[in-house]
Amino acid sequence: MSNSFFQHTQTAHCESGVISNLLGHYGLQISEPMAFGIGAGIFFGHLPFVKVNGVPGTTYRIWPGAIFQRVCKRLGVKMEAEKFSTPEKGMQALDKVIAEGVPVGLLSSVYYLPYFPPSYRFHFNAHNLVVYGKEDGQYLVSDPVMETVTTIDPESLAQARFAKGFPAPKGKMYYPVSVPDSVSFEKPIKAGIEQACHYMLKIPVPLFGVKGIRYLAKKVQHYAEKPGDRKATLYLGNVIRMQEEIGTGGAGFRFLYSAFLQEASTVLKNDQLSKLATEFTETGDLWRNFAFAAGRVCKSRSVDSVSYKELSEMLLQCAASEEVFFRKLAQVQL
Amino acid sequence: MKQDEVPQDGDNLHQGTFKQIMYAVDNTGNYVQVPSSGWEPENVALGQAWEEVNEKVKNALARVHAGEISPVAYYMEKTLMDLPLLASYVGKFQWQVKRHLKPEVFKNLSQKMLSRYAAAFKVSVAELIQPA
Repeated sequence: MSNSFFQHTQTAHCESGVISNLLGHYGLQISEPMAFGIGAGIFFGHLPFVKVNGVPGTTYRIWPGAIFQRVCKRLGVKMEAEKFSTPEKGMQALDKVIAEGVPVGLLSSVYYLPYFPPSYRFHFNAHNLVVYGKEDGQYLVSDPVMETVTTIDPESLAQARFAKGFPAPKGKMYYPVSVPDSVSFEKPIKAGIEQACHYMLKIPVPLFGVKGIRYLAKKVQHYAEKPGDRKATLYLGNVIRMQEEIGTGGAGFRFLYSAFLQEASTVLKNDQLSKLATEFTETGDLWRNFAFAAGRVCKSRSVDSVSYKELSEMLLQCAASEEVFFRKLAQVQL
Repeated sequence: MKQDEVPQDGDNLHQGTFKQIMYAVDNTGNYVQVPSSGWEPENVALGQAWEEVNEKVKNALARVHAGEISPVAYYMEKTLMDLPLLASYVGKFQWQVKRHLKPEVFKNLSQKMLSRYAAAFKVSVAELIQPA
């Protein structure tokens, strides 16, 4: 049984990409930036106590799954989502659904996906991909961050879906059961923008949003003393990797969000949004400059407090620029 | 970022086969998708993370041969796992796995336990006991 008519489009980020590809399959055309914006994906968080391989976590976007959930809710798409207790049950359920010709979104661990370059295969459990069929015992895969469709053997797929660790995907699979014939993006865009501003400016915890960037800046300033030495460059390296690694789309999603604002300004016929898009592009460029400088520090492996102080100041600039931007965005009459 | 500023710093990390999409501004100020073959700072950070891993793996192997730690400790580094992750794969508590990192405890492990570790690391039991 084959139904290899799934339209694969490569995107920058896995979650917004899967949304765009899956909904597009049902005739609901939504671009990746639009999905990202409506889902209020833009975010910042620095979590010193959530350590991955001993390195504190930094995120430039909202937690996995949130974009999906929000987009479906705001567009009136009904999703069926299931988790499973054993790989056998999970693979059976997958076979059953794809046999009906329904493409399925899957949560999986990057570590067990053989089609990725080995250098990317860390234990990262929140990757999204689409399986749209099975041919000669191999699953047909549309992974949104890959250029073309690919295949995967059942064993690897089962391992990727049932990887342990945090968060454990538990074979999570999801697929639309009802997609509205026509949707208006206007209201969902407004809701998405409002939520993004709230998350960036108003969370009363210093680890998140603009406050989180300042918090990271403070930490970076003292990286030379704490954690010091070799570890400091590893910590810093992780900040860059989260900003740029596959699934982030460059400059920690800032360009992706600008692209959304540009599209939103056309939909809502609102010039202010397109001006703000240009402004936020500049914020993205600040982040890029930061990554450049941080990359140099990592490369030289020098542990001098002067360079860390400079990096810290660059982060404060990013924070200031984001604060100004989100305050303006919150003021726009939509 | 302008379209022509999209970094194309490919290196062997991507094995020349893998291009990412980035969003950049074209001449008229509109956002477009541009494929990128990689970016220097990311390559540095990624390369550094792997260097750290490889070094740990090398050290671990040497310590296994010296009889200081058990092969479980070596394979744990090699598969990029940490104690909590490995414990959940083999269905044990962390303190139990920690004990299995000692050579004197490891040599008394049951066949069943050995095959669980072997499965978690995707090696045969023979390879588990005698890492090359």
